[in-house]
Amino acid sequence: MGDVLVNMQGIDKSFPGVHALIEARFDLRAGEVHALVGENGAGKSTLMKILSGIYHKDAGHILLQDKEVEIPSPRAAQDLGISMIHQEINLMNHLTLAQNVFIGREPRRAIRFLLDDDKINDQTRALFNSMRLNLDPRTKAADLTVAKQQMVEIAKALSFDSQVLIMDEPTAALTEAEIEELFRIIRELRDNGVGIVYISHRLEELKQISDRITVMRDGQTIDTVDAQTTGIDQIISMMVGRTIFEAAPEVPETPNEEIALEVRNLNRGDVIRDVNFFLKKGEILGFAGLMGAGRTEVARAVFGADPVDSGEFRVHGEVVHIKSPKDAVAHGIGYLSEDRKRYGLALGMDVEENIALAGFSKFVGRLGTVNRSATRETANHYVDALQIKTPNIEQRVRNLSGGNQQKVVIGKWLTADTEILIFDEPTRGIDVGAKSEIYHLLNDLAQQGKSIIMISSELPEILRMSHRIIVMCEGRITGELSSADATQEEIMRLATQRRGLVSANGEPASGQSTEQNGKA
Amino acid sequence: MATTDAATAAPKKRSLLRADAAQKLLAFSALILIFIFFSLASPFFRTPDNISSILVATAVNGVLALGVTFVIITAGIDLSVGTVMTLSAVMTGVAVTNQGLPVPVGIVVGLLTGTTAGLLSGLMIARMKIPPFIATLGMMMIARGLSLVISGVKPIYFNDTPGFRDIMMGSVVGAVIPGFSVPNAVFILFGASLVAAFILGKTVLGRYAVAIGSNEEATRLSGVNVANWKTAIYALGGAFSGLAGVMIASRLNSAQPALGIGYELEAIAAVVIGGTSLSGGEGTILGTLIGALIISTLTNGLRILSVPQEWQMVITGVIVVLAVYLDIIRRRGR
Repeated sequence: MGDVLVNMQGIDKSFPGVHALIEARFDLRAGEVHALVGENGAGKSTLMKILSGIYHKDAGHILLQDKEVEIPSPRAAQDLGISMIHQEINLMNHLTLAQNVFIGREPRRAIRFLLDDDKINDQTRALFNSMRLNLDPRTKAADLTVAKQQMVEIAKALSFDSQVLIMDEPTAALTEAEIEELFRIIRELRDNGVGIVYISHRLEELKQISDRITVMRDGQTIDTVDAQTTGIDQIISMMVGRTIFEAAPEVPETPNEEIALEVRNLNRGDVIRDVNFFLKKGEILGFAGLMGAGRTEVARAVFGADPVDSGEFRVHGEVVHIKSPKDAVAHGIGYLSEDRKRYGLALGMDVEENIALAGFSKFVGRLGTVNRSATRETANHYVDALQIKTPNIEQRVRNLSGGNQQKVVIGKWLTADTEILIFDEPTRGIDVGAKSEIYHLLNDLAQQGKSIIMISSELPEILRMSHRIIVMCEGRITGELSSADATQEEIMRLATQRRGLVSANGEPASGQSTEQNGKA
Repeated sequence: MATTDAATAAPKKRSLLRADAAQKLLAFSALILIFIFFSLASPFFRTPDNISSILVATAVNGVLALGVTFVIITAGIDLSVGTVMTLSAVMTGVAVTNQGLPVPVGIVVGLLTGTTAGLLSGLMIARMKIPPFIATLGMMMIARGLSLVISGVKPIYFNDTPGFRDIMMGSVVGAVIPGFSVPNAVFILFGASLVAAFILGKTVLGRYAVAIGSNEEATRLSGVNVANWKTAIYALGGAFSGLAGVMIASRLNSAQPALGIGYELEAIAAVVIGGTSLSGGEGTILGTLIGALIISTLTNGLRILSVPQEWQMVITGVIVVLAVYLDIIRRRGR
């Protein structure tokens, strides 16, 4: 490992109501991958946003190659060779890849105001080639998969000749194969002397990719340790400030045999193809698959959020018509979107209002007035029952951490008396401590007789939580596994069972070709 | 690179037929259909004189709509273009008639007035963070009030400068090619459209307008000074309003201070019919031009069929709603 590139000392930062960073420190050497971990709200992103010029520090020093620097804007950070790839994909969907890569510093023609798109197309193509990315610079960003968009963001960061590359949760939306590709690129960059900060919640990745790990908690830097010699257990205990044991699989007891929901012959264009399944009362049914396998689409169809070509829904044995989310809610079905902020919550409203929202009719009196004492009581009840960490129920949901926001969404659907809950990536972007709380909550709900569909891209999570697992690929159900038979390998095999390789009897033509296609 | 080019040609062709192009095609077919309908309904409709007058009628609204296109592509809105146009007309009138300045100076004064108004709207939006709807609503009333104050609530006539009316209604082409006396207004509209298309497609300003409309935060994080560029885009929109002000003053041979309210909605309607998305990120100048033509062709045709003016408004409203609805259906199908 090389010289110290970045040295942050005594960094302090306050937001209204939150002391986000308290004398935090962090250093980064050339040619290392330095992982930054901590629970949500620990201050990792805030610290890195200060380094990349998005936030301004209240106090402290940033040394870049032993020289003190001020970083007032993202542009200034770029000029210093510091780039950050954000958790959310930050591309302009309506622009081409090349236009995205060069946004803000387009090469100009002789007259300074004019763009030179040929030049950026050529330069972007060369950049993609150097990363061994097979993409056309003239494609619109909207036409790419999330994984490819991520690669484009990396290419964009590299085009600045960045010495420091900060990646915030880069693997959150990627499949295993895509993660391998990402790691290959990260290792190449590291070997070229780039210093990489790697923020991740996936602790199991850290040994694979990182050299050192810095743990943050409650706005403070706890310690920096060697990645190879430190156990995950030890890192988790530093993160949460207490030792918790490696999570053992905790599949709850077998549910009873009553079928809560049955879906037959569900079709929607190319996205959902002849999907049939049932969900038992008190069961957690896992939906596994790669991104774009059609799991979310199935959930949205069941919830009445998208129109379908065909499909029959039975709730407790009775055929029901679900044409809109309103119908679904009326039949006791709730959907908790993977994108909480966009579809699950009214961020500007407070905890009480959000919890009351889906079951609002319960609180409306005869004259159309809202029964405030009832909503307050319900909100307080769920804040206690779900252990939502909030100063009070008047807190705006925007100011809660990801895990607590998720709990508010759960509280909202419980208020609406839903019996069937569809969780889409329930722990995305949620830290380890809060994750296990969500898992407990799901188990409790199932034991209370709620029926749960859990869509997840994290295989350990699926394996740990589900009674049964349905695997999807390209809009079809490619297999169903009981919790006893399921392994990560088996799920991945089913999840990559593409249509072209399936013969008439539904079996893969040959194991070898499946594997080849899975890699492609 | 030959193989790469061959491999990439296909998706490019596909994307040309998609998205923005589809709406343009739709709008263009609608224009043709409307034209055929009125041609069959009235023989007078397709006479060269009438077609020329449709084009002249499109000119002012079209130029206003060009400016609005940029603003809407950034996911913003400008409600002030109509009254800013009037204010520009009044200022030109003051310069030329009251101050006796030469006509070219009057034109520059008009353009500067519009640009300044747009610049102020832009500063309110980008610096003071006032929502575009409110900021430009304020500017709309400010410009209207100033027009009335400056003119003394009386029209300013350009009777001392006979050449002024020729800016729009004269025909430079007609002087060169006898018998082809297309009024200048038409060429001003097409010239302004070419300039607008060039700015949108080839310059930094156009690129950033699309980027801001597509994802403002990402654009900011990419190191683009979003506030400055937004201000510039509103100023550009204002410049087009200024041009429209000079044009309408020339066409009426007077600056009418009470005019202007309602023009902004017609301009926005033209932009929307042309397929520019109110949520930002996409839109084309050609689409806006077609949108403006649809509106003025309708107005003209309905008038020829003696449909009362009140009903013309109703029909235009229905067309706007239909255009947006078709766009929504098209997007859902994707």
